[in-house]
Amino acid sequence: MTEAAGGDSGAPHACWSCHGPITAAALFCHVCGAVQPPRPLDAFARLGFPGRFEVDAAEIDKRYRGLQQRLHPDRFTKRSPRERAIAESQAMSLNDAYETLKDPLKRAALLLERAGRSSPIGENRTIQDPALLMEAMEVREALAAATDLAAVEAIGKRAAAEDRRCIEALGAAFGAGELDKASRQLTALKYWRKLAEEIRGRRAAIAHGAG
Amino acid sequence: MLLQIHEPGQTPTPHATERGVAIGIDLGTTNSVVAIAAGETPEVLRDENGKALVPSVVAYGEDGSVEVGEGARRRLLDDPGAVVGSIKRLMGRAAGELKHLGGTLPYEVEPADDQGGMVRIRVQDRRLSPVEVSADILRALRARAETSLGQTVTEAVVTVPAYFDDAARSATKDAARLAGLTVLRLVNEPTAAALAYGLDKGAEGLYAIYDLGGGTFDISLLRLEKGVFQVLATGGDAALGGDDFDHLIAERFLAERKAQGLVHRPSIGEAKQVLAAVRLAKECLSTQERGEWRIELGGETSRHALDRATVESLIRPLLARTLSITQSALEDAGFRPTEVQGVVLVGGSTRLPLVRRELGTLFGREPLADIDPDEVVAVGAALQARALTRGEGTLLLDVTPLSLGIETMGGIVEKVIPRNSPIPVAMAQEFTTYQDGQTGMLLHVVQGERETVAECRSLGRFELKGIPPLTAGAARIRVTFAVDADGLLTVSAEEKTTGVSAAIEVKPSYGLGEDEMARMLRESMEHAQEDMERRLLIEARVEAERVLLALAAALKAEGELATPEERAQLQNLAHEIRKAAAGADRDLINGLVERLEETGRPFAQRRVDRALQGALAGHRLDEVEADMAPDARAAAGSGSSGAARTSSRVPAAPRND
Repeated sequence: MTEAAGGDSGAPHACWSCHGPITAAALFCHVCGAVQPPRPLDAFARLGFPGRFEVDAAEIDKRYRGLQQRLHPDRFTKRSPRERAIAESQAMSLNDAYETLKDPLKRAALLLERAGRSSPIGENRTIQDPALLMEAMEVREALAAATDLAAVEAIGKRAAAEDRRCIEALGAAFGAGELDKASRQLTALKYWRKLAEEIRGRRAAIAHGAG
Repeated sequence: MLLQIHEPGQTPTPHATERGVAIGIDLGTTNSVVAIAAGETPEVLRDENGKALVPSVVAYGEDGSVEVGEGARRRLLDDPGAVVGSIKRLMGRAAGELKHLGGTLPYEVEPADDQGGMVRIRVQDRRLSPVEVSADILRALRARAETSLGQTVTEAVVTVPAYFDDAARSATKDAARLAGLTVLRLVNEPTAAALAYGLDKGAEGLYAIYDLGGGTFDISLLRLEKGVFQVLATGGDAALGGDDFDHLIAERFLAERKAQGLVHRPSIGEAKQVLAAVRLAKECLSTQERGEWRIELGGETSRHALDRATVESLIRPLLARTLSITQSALEDAGFRPTEVQGVVLVGGSTRLPLVRRELGTLFGREPLADIDPDEVVAVGAALQARALTRGEGTLLLDVTPLSLGIETMGGIVEKVIPRNSPIPVAMAQEFTTYQDGQTGMLLHVVQGERETVAECRSLGRFELKGIPPLTAGAARIRVTFAVDADGLLTVSAEEKTTGVSAAIEVKPSYGLGEDEMARMLRESMEHAQEDMERRLLIEARVEAERVLLALAAALKAEGELATPEERAQLQNLAHEIRKAAAGADRDLINGLVERLEETGRPFAQRRVDRALQGALAGHRLDEVEADMAPDARAAAGSGSSGAARTSSRVPAAPRND
């Protein structure tokens, strides 16, 4: 029942349940079968992927579900409260890793973090890029002026196209090892995502107003 | 070897898994349903007339009697002041939040004694909380199951609308507790419906579950695959349902009366009668094209002609709202409507032909109603109850429907957990003080998608005290939000700069206080104390089982490292534990388990030492260091991507002690 999630490390740990030695990477104790607490791994390591921007989405889903099948607290309803709590923290770690790998924005942020760059997401940093700043103002004005669904949809289409463009550019930048470029694209992507939320809100407001 | 060896998952103590059948309950706004899945196929429990639906209506007699279901609904017309319906709409609501339900509640609502607490309703001369009324409904459902099974039922899976917020979920769980039921899991209604289709009908692929009930609307998108039911996105409106359609029609009838020159103003009781008549008219028009209805109030009679097209034009704007929410959920999941392989209908309101037509147009395919839309949720709940008690392979992976956040400066919401995050989930953010010497901080927890606190639902406020007095912005307060698999939130906060971390754990403070809950439990005569004792005893036995299994496994694998004396002692203790576990003395079991753990420590140490000697030399130092990393469980929620979510923010309300 021993296995490696990410880089295998054979250094001995003690199993919390039978107190015997287990490898640090073990999800379950090979002696007593008890589920082990999650290790502090990043998203790539937890789901066993190399630290690259390009990922196989179907493979992420497959590994995630396979691990949840074994680690989710619902698998431990007949076990002790402590095992259920450990399973819950395993499921939480898996969910976090899954959300990070699936989302190009979070994935890119993690890659930059791995490379020792401070992540531009999570902070409401002002936009440094003058071209993006101009575009931001222009689109915001258009959104504020939009009074019908068609106008909002048009802006939504543009935001979706920009979203795709940013992701492609991120892939190219990471592929070429151009981290400054990747960082700039990530800021742009973050901005378009925020705008997509605003577009949603605007659309809902118009739909509710009509109803 | 004297010890019995058991494979993990098997049970050495007969009591540990001694459980009855767990039931599935769909606690609806208008009707409730109870089902069991004991054998191969799940079964909806019916009354002697074959009716599965139990109207979610409770009648309170002057003599203190309580009647639930069809009988209570009949009394609605004769004795409206004693009868309560649609209580689900009030679950977890404070009096101040009911404005948007304005006029749609045909009974008297009073604020709670404490500010922000759940509303109370006045029935006869009793003052009841929505939790108590819901508990009365749950008791009736439990009784139906017990009669049918001929045995006591203490465990249930209870469904809630996916779009229920934390307060309403918590209130539902409390109601079950009051009714003497342990909730194995709160399952979202559309997820339960998907489970029923997936397990009963073998559905696989991408499914949309459109659930329009009496009082709530939910849309969920799920991927069904080999026993795993993964919710990709969910959306809804916790205050939109068939009841609203009824109100629109009732308003039309009342306006027509006025136009006919009738002056009698309907009382609360009469309003209930009008609504009951309207509901019949609406149901009738699902199959008929037109009809005429007569209303008599205060001796004045009026006639109302109504056809289906008129009803449809009345409700179309409300349906448009559900379709807009559906499109947003699709967008969240990143799918187009045509990619959906099946659209499942849930809830009585999906019987309206207009609903089916509009969904057919949106998704480009006929919606599915193979399983009765009124019963499908209870069937799914029963299947999940069976999966959880029997440990079957089915797995539900659900999401949190609404974003959760903290109020920051200027009444702006800082989201900590975004909507549609898979649960269980834990995420943390760091905040800081904004005044020199600030030693306390008021944290306001909110739920919702809007940017400002005023437009979100307030879940509770709590204060973190004992922050070391530092210059503004120097303190680092890490606030962790954890949502469990039931969708229930726990918030904790700790100050990290000084190494002395003050941590507090808070259940958001809405709804019923713990004291109040304890009082109700006492009054509920459900032997709460005994229930609690029994639960603790079962837990002690499960824990004893775990320790015995672990010891047996260790002795089998590396028994040569135990001295003969140790082995004898351990086996002796194991024998005593098994004896104790057959009895009911919880303290004895726990004490012996502790002694066994203590006695086995040197043996365990030798096992670790041997492994260290054997393995350490062969490994690089960085591997060893990696294992010395901070507590894995503390890092569990945020992972190492935590930095992405960690930033310094200033919560709105500083406090100084």
